[in-house]
Amino acid sequence: MCESKEAIKESEVKTWFKTAKVEDFPANGGAAILYKDTQIAVFHFAASNEWYATDNLCPHKQQMILAKGIIGESQGIPKVACPFHKNTYSLIDGKNINGEQDSISTYPIKVEDGHVYIGVE
Amino acid sequence: MENIVVIGNGMVGYKFCEKLIDEAGVDKYKITVFGEEPLPAYNRVKLSAYLDDHSIEDLTLAKEEWYEENNIDLILSDRVSVIDSENKKVKSYSGVEVGYDKLVIATGSAPFVPPINGIEKKGVFVYRTIQDLDDITEYAKYCKKAAVIGGGLLGLEAAKGLMDLGVETHVVEFANRLMPQQLDTTASKLLNDKLDELGLTCHLGKNTQLIEENEEGTVSNMIFSDESELQVDMIVVSAGIKPRDELAKQFKIEVGKRGGIVVNDHMETSVKDIYAIGECALHNSRIYGLVAPGYDMAAVAVKEILGKGAQYHGDEMMSTNLKLVGVQVASFGDAFGRNHECKSIEYHDKHSGIYKRINVTNDGRQLVGGILVGDTKDYNMLVQTVNNKIELTGSPEELIFGSRTVGGGGSKMGVSALPPEATICSCENVTKHDIEKAIADNELIDIKGIQSCTKAGSGCGGCKPMIQDVLDETLKSSGKVVKKVLCEHFAYSRAELYELVRENEIKTYDELIDKFGSTKQNHGCEICKPAVASILAGIWNEAILGQNIIQDTNDKYLANIQKGGTYSVIPRVPGGELSADKLAAIARIADKYNLYIKITGAQRIGLYGVELHQLPIVWEELIEAGMESGQAYGKALRAVKSCVGQTWCRYGMQDSTTMAIDIENRYKGLRTPHKIKMAVSGCARECAEAIGKDVGIIATEKGWNLYVGGNGGTSPAHAKLLASDIDTETCFKYIDRVYMYYVKTAEPLQRIAPWMQKLDGGIEYLKEVVIEDCLGLNAVFDKDMQKIVDSYKDEWSDAINDTEKRKTFAHFLNSDQSDPSIQFKDLRGQKVPKDWD
Repeated sequence: MCESKEAIKESEVKTWFKTAKVEDFPANGGAAILYKDTQIAVFHFAASNEWYATDNLCPHKQQMILAKGIIGESQGIPKVACPFHKNTYSLIDGKNINGEQDSISTYPIKVEDGHVYIGVE
Repeated sequence: MENIVVIGNGMVGYKFCEKLIDEAGVDKYKITVFGEEPLPAYNRVKLSAYLDDHSIEDLTLAKEEWYEENNIDLILSDRVSVIDSENKKVKSYSGVEVGYDKLVIATGSAPFVPPINGIEKKGVFVYRTIQDLDDITEYAKYCKKAAVIGGGLLGLEAAKGLMDLGVETHVVEFANRLMPQQLDTTASKLLNDKLDELGLTCHLGKNTQLIEENEEGTVSNMIFSDESELQVDMIVVSAGIKPRDELAKQFKIEVGKRGGIVVNDHMETSVKDIYAIGECALHNSRIYGLVAPGYDMAAVAVKEILGKGAQYHGDEMMSTNLKLVGVQVASFGDAFGRNHECKSIEYHDKHSGIYKRINVTNDGRQLVGGILVGDTKDYNMLVQTVNNKIELTGSPEELIFGSRTVGGGGSKMGVSALPPEATICSCENVTKHDIEKAIADNELIDIKGIQSCTKAGSGCGGCKPMIQDVLDETLKSSGKVVKKVLCEHFAYSRAELYELVRENEIKTYDELIDKFGSTKQNHGCEICKPAVASILAGIWNEAILGQNIIQDTNDKYLANIQKGGTYSVIPRVPGGELSADKLAAIARIADKYNLYIKITGAQRIGLYGVELHQLPIVWEELIEAGMESGQAYGKALRAVKSCVGQTWCRYGMQDSTTMAIDIENRYKGLRTPHKIKMAVSGCARECAEAIGKDVGIIATEKGWNLYVGGNGGTSPAHAKLLASDIDTETCFKYIDRVYMYYVKTAEPLQRIAPWMQKLDGGIEYLKEVVIEDCLGLNAVFDKDMQKIVDSYKDEWSDAINDTEKRKTFAHFLNSDQSDPSIQFKDLRGQKVPKDWD
């Protein structure tokens, strides 16, 4: 399994990109965000009010799809399942949980004033 | 290395090889087997099942690879013609010569064909090999009426086979009752009445004297000694067996006066180093026409050859329990009470068609045998009580009023009362102790595992309920509980969750996991979410987009996601019938949005390369042209394929297209554990390939034959006959119930064929559920299905008319842009996605 990939460390974030209002995001699901040319997947677990941001690209077949995957949890680790071939990735460190795929990048994420921000630069 | 030659590759010949390999390994002997059939040994006891699905694989005892792996030379389609006992070698018709140290004759038997004038005519068949069944199947296509000569066990099996082929069937029996070896007059009369109800006419006390032919040279008429006649198009002879002893006779091995190779208790023939086993062997002046004694003989022969010594003591307990044309019939031990000082206790319920007779010794302490018709659930325990000479503790009549108890006495002792040496599976001679040991040694948890370790239950299968009892008891006593759970978030099976949702009127995933989830966080996963979505949809039938977040992507967007991230759109074309203006509309829309067009695997028109934001627009235009969702994305009914049927086809028996359209419209809203495909064929030529569908319907002259449990996919299966010659209304009724039972009880993503296979009793059990209502659930099934049919809504219309739902058809949350990563290339003048990297 590959090493975890942080696109950027939270302590080094200079730009927090304002994406959309909290209520625009589906509860207990994902949505794709476009930042410049980058596609980022944002996931929201409503019950525990957890937010995660990762690459939207599934490294297996290079498809821009992860935001549309079903989210869930396995042994306490939040995860997303790619709709194409059901590869699952940890939302904590981006590692592929059920196979040998490359890891996906994770992004810092925060909620302020009812809006969701992703740390991008 | 010593040479062992086996003549005959039937069930007993195979069993001999298997036991020899088990006991001596592969290095000690060079085994050569001659089989005259082109196929390696198969389960002849289940031959009739072959008429259902024509699957040779299900019947095969071991594939050719098994023989190779075990260093057995298997020579098929060849027959031994010379036994040279002086030089100890055999020679075959094709010229193969093999020397032997020990020779085993397992040539079995041939059907006994009575010397009736005209029996050689075209249209007369026997019922013994797969080839016979293939010939019968082919010939029956052109026949309306058939007769079986012989009303014994095999004859009734053959009659069942012919009925399943859609032919009006008659049974002609010489004796004054059916199954004269097993049943008394009362039992025969009851069986006869039941068969009559099912459309099988029995003619008893009839001695066939002449078979006449028509001008085409095929059979047309049977004339009996009482001068009555029966017009038929074909005849199947099943009037008993005669041992295949011709080779023995020719080469001076002693045979009995009325046939059979004479053997002693060690299975030795009159010639040194030559053994005979199975139906060709005459032991104590007796030929055994059942497989269990043959297996015992094979075991004795193996022990003798290995020098361990063994004796065969004959089998007094010729017991049978089987379902004949839908009627359960059993006979065991001393069925007529002729060999004991005993009296019988009889129970005869003419109203329900049940007859039970047990023969009990005069002191009331021993059960010696009996007969059961209509209800044989006590069979296994009664046989055990006879075989193990268990002393009866209570009033003997309680034996037939209690169920599955040993020794009677009203106490429900179950299998625990059996001694360890009690034979549970008599086909394979497996004892209770063998099964318990296999469970403990191999940590087995199901019948399948027990079957592969001990072979118990792999013969006739009649002992499976007892194996289950032994299994349950063994597991219970070791404190193990076996349960199939959905995933780590729910400690329930899908069927249990279904009931929980129904009883507690749960409408959302969150509600269910809050109440019944097994983890603290209640976040679920990609396994339980779509499974619960399917359960909710199957019960409440509300638009699935209301809970799109727990749906798999295909259901989330009501379209199948394709390579490259675009979607396919497949409108419903009920029964494959399509008008010119609808076809033109599809063409216009495809052209407008530059979509790839292909006829799909299910023979519908698929439009490919639609981007997410285009889906509602494309649907809108299709709906305007009078179309709706084909649910090609859902675990739901896909297409109902059909031929043009009676409307156009000169062979058509019924209007298959109208039937297909009606069916598609009825079940199009149903959400199921996996996809379902259906087809309707207008005649037995089967152009719509209905036998390969989850549910298939084939027209007959009188109505429809309904088949269940076929599919293509990775494990292809042919559907099995559920009911024949039923009218349209009955057909719908049975399909309703099969589907509701499937929706309620299947595992997630389990298609109908594997689901049915897991039902204990398979298609026969399914018949009991949906036709005979053995679970008493049919009223619920009917009501639930009607609710689903009545609440149908087109999912596409629902999505485009709801602004909230429509908003979700966008790639980005914060931009109106479409997915910039989507790329196409050109292929034969149409666009297709760029290849995967």
